[in-house]
Amino acid sequence: MSIRTNTDYMLALTDLSVSFDGFKAVDDLNLFVDENEIRVIIGPNGAGKTTVLDLICGKTRSDSGSIKFWNEEISHLNEPRIVHKGIGRKFQTPSIYEDLSVFENLELSYPRGHDVFGALFFKRDSEVSDRLQEVAESVFLEDHLDKQAALLSHGQKQWLEIGMLLIQNPKLLMLDEPVAGMSISEREKTAELLNRITRERSVLVVEHDMKFVEDIAHKVTVLHQGRILAEGDMDTVQNNPDVIEVYLGH
Amino acid sequence: MNFANTVSWRHMLSMACLLLLLAIVLPITLDAFRLNLVGKYLTYAFVAIGLVLCWGMGGILSLGQGVFFGLGGYCMAMFLKLESSTPEATAIQSTPGIPDFMDWNQITELPALWIPFQSLTLTLIAIIAVPVLFAFLIGVAMFKRRVSGVYFAIITQAIAAILTILIVGQQGYTGGVNGITDLRTFMGWDIRSDGAKTVLYFVTIAFLCLVVFMAQFISRSKLGRLLVAVRDQEDRVRFSGYEVANIKIFIFCVAAAFSAIGGALFTLQVGFMSPTLVGIVPSIEMVIYCAVGGRLSILGAIYGTLLVNWAKTSLSESFPELWLFGLGALFIAVVMIFPKGLAGVANSLADRFRKPRLDVASSPDMPTPVDDSNASSTPLTSTTHQSATRHSRPGSAVHGAAGAAGDIGA
Ligand SMILES: Nc1ncnc2c1ncn2[C@@H]1O[C@H](COP(=O)(O)OP(=O)(O)OP(=O)(O)O)[C@@H](O)[C@H]1O
Ligand SMILES: [Mg+2]
Repeated sequence: MSIRTNTDYMLALTDLSVSFDGFKAVDDLNLFVDENEIRVIIGPNGAGKTTVLDLICGKTRSDSGSIKFWNEEISHLNEPRIVHKGIGRKFQTPSIYEDLSVFENLELSYPRGHDVFGALFFKRDSEVSDRLQEVAESVFLEDHLDKQAALLSHGQKQWLEIGMLLIQNPKLLMLDEPVAGMSISEREKTAELLNRITRERSVLVVEHDMKFVEDIAHKVTVLHQGRILAEGDMDTVQNNPDVIEVYLGH
Repeated sequence: MNFANTVSWRHMLSMACLLLLLAIVLPITLDAFRLNLVGKYLTYAFVAIGLVLCWGMGGILSLGQGVFFGLGGYCMAMFLKLESSTPEATAIQSTPGIPDFMDWNQITELPALWIPFQSLTLTLIAIIAVPVLFAFLIGVAMFKRRVSGVYFAIITQAIAAILTILIVGQQGYTGGVNGITDLRTFMGWDIRSDGAKTVLYFVTIAFLCLVVFMAQFISRSKLGRLLVAVRDQEDRVRFSGYEVANIKIFIFCVAAAFSAIGGALFTLQVGFMSPTLVGIVPSIEMVIYCAVGGRLSILGAIYGTLLVNWAKTSLSESFPELWLFGLGALFIAVVMIFPKGLAGVANSLADRFRKPRLDVASSPDMPTPVDDSNASSTPLTSTTHQSATRHSRPGSAVHGAAGAAGDIGA
């Protein structure tokens, strides 16, 4: 399995499988993501979408198969190492530090002072605050820097988590249901945000909201029972009878 | 972020109150015996401060901090014991020149383990190095495997139990259940006199200040905020690119080092070290000191320690059988009614005094106050160094006074 030919893709998942107590959550999956591509994964509940992201970011270990990032095998690395390779992950439920301020949330995500002593002697210099300010503006939180994160609205928490990823300047950004629970205007802003931040990076999004998917997706992958049911541009996928049957139909 | 000035102002005021109490009020009002008692209590405060960082901020509950207190204390005790076991002083033994309990156990030669403790330098190194190394090994074994929460607490408790059994069992090497007793001099200086005890009391305060300073440096650094982040969202910290295990190992080692300093000072002031200070019960009591002080408050931990010990001494003098119930009740009360402990009470008192005059919520340079009723999500910002709530500028005096009120009677 390690004798795989290299590809031109940024991210290449080949023959990836994982099962939980005998239940195959991801089953021989092959997925390739290009540089600067926005890829959306859709599929019914329990299809294995979150699990795919978990596998890529090291939260879950695969049973078999390979995960290559720029042709480098990453499936054996731990979470922080994968982050340092340039992969950022947003969780399905907003995962931020509620007790800290927005500024501090962003600051902890700033890619410097990652070891213990680096953190102990970390200096909040102008380079850091400029970058934090810049990212806060891009995620619409520049007026809330001093606010405790717990006090943000649900949508703002989602943006904050995206901001925490942007600070790291990842080459691949993975977002699990970024607009879940957002109002319509927040959704539009988020779509605009994603289209803006994707210029220098690839984005892998899991999303149920079809309107949002249409707004952002370059290519859509439909997952069902851990396997790929269909893949292609939005129109092709939406007219695929299998997809209509298992997912879009209801 | 422009609260730097308010922070140091607030901080200095609370620190000044504490120093006023410890270095002036208590030495003037208490007799030598009582002052020595306070000095002994203060050595436990080192453990409680370690717990503020480790448990309060980082969420790592260790029920075995007595282990590190004990290791530091034993290292010091071994040095002092060797010093008082000169061949002249022990001439009546069958092997003169070794500690008396070794002689009673038919040991005829100083065990290799004891040899480094003939040197003051090696002893001082060992007081820190032995507990820190031990904490490091426990930390690597546990945190790298992602053992946490209740499992970690139980394992630390087991370690405390095992170490106690080991010390009691190896009587010839450790002095067994009696511990290492009859310690007389430190580098030729008699530590048993009232004068020496008073000096040692001030030495303890000096070290306490050092430890408070270090704890505050950590809690105000980015590492302090990371600890809070690890407590609340461990996974997110990993996915922000940090090795969470290393952070936990570090803070656990720091807490061990603080405890060990306390242990060594305990031995000096009290003149003995025994396994009763290592085991499960003292370890849990130390967690209670920290909880009473307010878990997140470094200075609160000191007040908490003093208050609980003062209560313990007065209660067990009059009703010895009631103390354990009292302690249990206290713990429950703190958890249920005052989850932020003394620091929380002091801060809300401070707020009550200030509210009519100052509208904190709308003050632009202060972070937004949060709902105080939610115990689990204690607010914390970069500015939080010793109090659970952040809005208490002039109110800090109350923080000191509330603690002091309980202590003066000790
Ligand atoms: N750690 C785990 N242990 C056991 N089973 C798991 C685990 N993680 C996921 N599963 C199971 O794997 C399947 C796929 O879950 P996954 O969370 O990937 O679905 P999803 O496509 O993200 O669904 P949703 O749209 O509801 O978020 C589900 O049946 C789930 O119960
Ligand atoms: Mg999911």
